[in-house]
This record gives sequence, C-alpha cells and structure tokens, in this order.
Amino acid sequence: MSDFSNVRQVSWHSRGFLASQTAYVTLALALLVAAISVVAPEFLSFGNLSNVLTDFSYIGIVAFGSTLVIITGGIDLSVGSSMGLSAIIAAMLFRALGPTAVAAVPGAVLAISVVGGLAVGATIGLINGLLIAYTGLAPFVTTLGMLSIVRGLCYAITNGQGVDITGPEANLFFRLSDGTLLGLPVPLLYLLALGVMMGLLLHHTARGRYVFAIGGNERAAALTGVPVQRVKTGVYVLSGLTAALSGILLGGWLGSVPANLADGYELRIIAASVIGGANLLGGVGGPLGAIVGSALIEVIRNGLVLARVNTYWQQTVVGAIIIAAVLVDRLRSRRLGQ
Amino acid sequence: MTLLTLEDVGKSYGAVQALSNVSFQVGPGEIVGLMGDNGAGKSTLVKIIAGVFRQSEGTMRFQDKEVHFHAPVDARKAGIEVVHQDLAIADNLSAAANIFLGRELHRRIAGFRWLDHAAMAKRSGELFNELKSETRPGELVRRMSGGQRQAVAIARTRLADAKLILMDEPTAAISVRQIAEVLALILRLRDAGIAVLLISHRMPDVFDVCDRVVVLRRGRLVANKAIASSSPQEVTGLITGALETA
Ligand SMILES: Nc1ncnc2c1ncn2[C@@H]1O[C@H](COP(=O)(O)OP(=O)(O)OP(=O)(O)O)[C@@H](O)[C@H]1O
Ligand SMILES: [Mg+2]
Repeated sequence: MSDFSNVRQVSWHSRGFLASQTAYVTLALALLVAAISVVAPEFLSFGNLSNVLTDFSYIGIVAFGSTLVIITGGIDLSVGSSMGLSAIIAAMLFRALGPTAVAAVPGAVLAISVVGGLAVGATIGLINGLLIAYTGLAPFVTTLGMLSIVRGLCYAITNGQGVDITGPEANLFFRLSDGTLLGLPVPLLYLLALGVMMGLLLHHTARGRYVFAIGGNERAAALTGVPVQRVKTGVYVLSGLTAALSGILLGGWLGSVPANLADGYELRIIAASVIGGANLLGGVGGPLGAIVGSALIEVIRNGLVLARVNTYWQQTVVGAIIIAAVLVDRLRSRRLGQ
Repeated sequence: MTLLTLEDVGKSYGAVQALSNVSFQVGPGEIVGLMGDNGAGKSTLVKIIAGVFRQSEGTMRFQDKEVHFHAPVDARKAGIEVVHQDLAIADNLSAAANIFLGRELHRRIAGFRWLDHAAMAKRSGELFNELKSETRPGELVRRMSGGQRQAVAIARTRLADAKLILMDEPTAAISVRQIAEVLALILRLRDAGIAVLLISHRMPDVFDVCDRVVVLRRGRLVANKAIASSSPQEVTGLITGALETA
C-alpha cells in the first residue's frame, strides 16, 4: 500500500499479542517458574509438576467458559456451584444405574452419568443466559442468585453427605477423569483440547466474532444484525458446560463428591480469567489467557507451599496478583494513549 | 418511480412526540439533505427508515411497495444501508471485522464454516481504495482517527447493492480535509445511481452536494425545497423558526 501520512504504523512491540496483558502475564509466569525452580528444586519433580498441572486444569477448563462470558461484558458467579451440582448428579446417576440392566452395555452407565452431569451444567447456564439476555437482568445479580440456589440444591439433595463414586465401572470413570495418557494427566489433555476448540471458535467463526462484538459495542452489534440475545445465552450455556465437565473430573479425582465440592471456586476462576487478560468491561480475552492465568495462580499456590509459607497467605497473594495484573495493563494503555 | 415515500409518519417515545406527520419522497440517485436543530427528530426518522424502530403512525413505501421493517436486517435486505450518528462500530475489532459484521464471508473446511479472513481483508482493502481512504483493513478501530472510523462505517454500506444510503451526521467530528473526502464520496455514490439521505448540521455540506433539502422543526416537516431555489439564510431561518415555513 501507499505511504499514508496520517496512518501511524504501530511498532511491532506494541501491537498484537506482544502488547497484550496475556503476553506479559505469560512472561511473569515463565520468570516465576524459573525462580521457584532455583529456590525449590523439588518444584520440578515429576510428582509435583504433575500435581500442579492437574490442579490448574480444573480451574483452567472453567476459566474458558468464564472468559467467554467476560468477553461479552458479563460475569458468571455460579460456576463453582454448577461444578458441585453437576458432579453430584453424575455421581448419583452412576451409583443408581450400576445395578440396573443398563450396566449390561459396556460404558453406558458412565456415558449416561456424564451426559446427565453435563446437562445439569448446561441447564443452569441456559437459565442464567435466558434471564440475562432476554429479560435484561444484570449478570452479576442473576448469577449470584444462581450460585446460592444451586449450592442449596447440592446440600438439599445429598442431605449434606458426600456421594461416593462406586459401581462396576468405577475404574473406567477414574481412568478417564484422573488417569494419565502419554505421561500427562488427563485433565490437562481435556484442557488443551478445549483450549484449541475455544481458539477456533473465537477467532475463526462468526459466532466467536459476535462474542467480541457484543463485548465491544453491544448496541452496534444489534444494529448490524448480530443475534445478540442468542449469542449471550450461548456463552452462559458454555460456561455451565465447562463447569460441569470440570466438576465431574474433580469428582473423579476425589473418588467421592462432597456437597461442598468447588465451594468458592468462582473467585479463583474469575481471577484466573482476569489475570490472563480478560477485561471485565468486555471485548477482550482468549483461551491462552485463561490457561496462563490459571497456571499463574496455581504456580504461586504451589510455590508458597514449597517455600513453607503459611497457606493462609495464598489468598492474599492471589488477590495482590489480580490487582497487579490489571494495574500493569492500565499503566501500559495509558502510555500508549488509549 | 420514487425510491422512498413517507406519508404522515409519526413517532412517539412515550409522552415525547418526536415526529408527527412527516411526508416526503426521495427519488432514485437523488441526494436529499435532512436538516434540523438538535432534537428535531432527524435520527429518529433515520432509525425508522432503517428498521431500528417502527413508526407509531403513517406509512412508508420503498420502490412503490408498502414496507414494514421489523429489524435492521429487513431494511438492509430491501436495499437500505445506514451510517449511524454514533457509527455503530465495535472498537475492539479490526476495520475488516466491522465492515463484515453480521455478514461474514466463510469458507468450508472439513464440513465447518470458518471465517475467510483473507477474502474479507481483500474486499475491505478494495472498498477503502474505492473510497480513497487511508485505512488498513487489519487495523483495530480503537487506534483510528475520526475520519477513518467514518470510512469504516461508510465502507460497510458498500458491501451490498444498496439503493438508498442514510447518513446521520457523517461529517461531524472530522477534519476539513476528511469532510471534503466524505462529500466527494457521496457524489460518487450518486454517480453510481445510489440515493443518499444526508443529515448534517453543516450548511456548506448540504449546499455542496444535495439536490434537495428537507427541514424538520420539533418533529414536523417545515420545508422541502430544491437546493437551487433556496439559500443558506432561508434554511437557517427555517431551522430556527425565524421563518415559519417555505
Ligand atoms: N430512545 C429514545 N427514548 C426517548 N426519547 C428519545 C429517544 N431518542 C430520541 N428521543 C427524543 O426524541 C426527540 C428527537 O430526537 P432525535 O435524536 O431524533 O433528534 P436529532 O434531530 O437527531 O438531534 P441531534 O441533532 O441532536 O442528533 C428528542 O426530543 C429526543 O430527546
Ligand atoms: Mg441525531
């Protein structure tokens, strides 16, 4: 193209991915991993790394869904409760179907239980989405209410008791939720597969583009014919689905689903999304950010444990990281005059 | 044939009567200026024609057929495109993404429909060239000047085969040089047989490019005159109410 005098060519280091919050949080993560490895070499031991990767996968998977919601300018506080209820329903189905004729078909009990659990998450998301997109309720309040409703259901249907995952196919359940493949913990593989899917959805489909457009300028999106209400409903359904999947995996890891499974996880999940670069004002975010944000939180938690810091400090440190991440982003934007 | 006919169109927002008994016509390839003070009802009229709102009273005909637009898509299908006053573009997307928003180009890979980024960038580049605008398809709108944003909004209207383009204050908040570019562009649209309804607060814009001027005052049509038989002084009087009608 010609030499446009009024078009400022932005230098490479302040453009695209390199200029994003995700990029410098990735850098911070790399530096942190290097520092912890030097101070506490046991960090790099196979057992420890494998634990860290597993733990962060549970958060990361839900952070994908949460990030989608945040990109549209919404928020989903009900994910922790959805994880709990989906896992409880899946475990209950699994127990109930074990002694029935269904068990004659290999894998059927497991398949029905998992699909049942996922359906619970999707339904919670659908209710959130319909209320928010079609009746215009505020996402914060709607999903806060849902957090409480769903957690209440968790206690009510279990009477506060945990549900053990038992039955003829329990081992298959555990292999698929807590096994390893090629030496990698399976939750990490689910995370990576979902991350690729989310990247394709967001950047290479019209639906994904609408998610960004709604977060950037919802009114403009509506004026140009974007099906705003359907897309908004869709992101809450996906958020519920990721929560359900993660809850079921977490249940498989524990071998039993307590009524308070993932209680309070919503804050860690939203923190992971935000640290990774999702902007609560909408319009910005992505799967890489969700992964990096979750990893950063988990590495810090693990590092504090290895450094024998009182575990009560974890929350405080994670909170400080959230503020630091958005503060750095704010200062950088101001420097670029945006 | 007339392209657009409004008959006794009215619109109320609850107790506010924003428009009443507005009737006028736009012919094919005609450039009509729509003027009026702040709050006169210009944007409201544009939104009715564009299918954003339904009128409360009156009828609208397009190409001699009565039309009822339920959504902006309906108006767009009929051949009406709009540049909204606040441009209606998403800051966090690229110029090309905004131009194609809601009508993305796809290609099929492995049975799925994926965005065809290359084709959209290419077409956007062609549109910007056509508009002689110095705008890069891949640039984020957030980093753009007012004139470039305007070009993005105008380029959007050139995607489909529009017969009527509504422009709500396309020359507000841009530089003098960019104003000249936008006006030149409007003339080029006319040469291509496209009618334009141009809303502007700037008298020179209207007297430079329009064939006719329509004046609204407090929701009512107070003048509908050929530019050749009017003057900026007269139109100013009509807008402010110093002149009752013309
Ligand atoms: N969505 C709305 N709800 C209620 N009242 C509205 C709405 N939009 C416009 N109005 C009112 O309708 C009247 C006409 O507004 P409109 O925006 O059409 O004026 P305008 O001629 O475009 O003004 P401007 O030159 O400032 O853009 C005003 O009194 C305005 O306050
Ligand atoms: Mg207006």
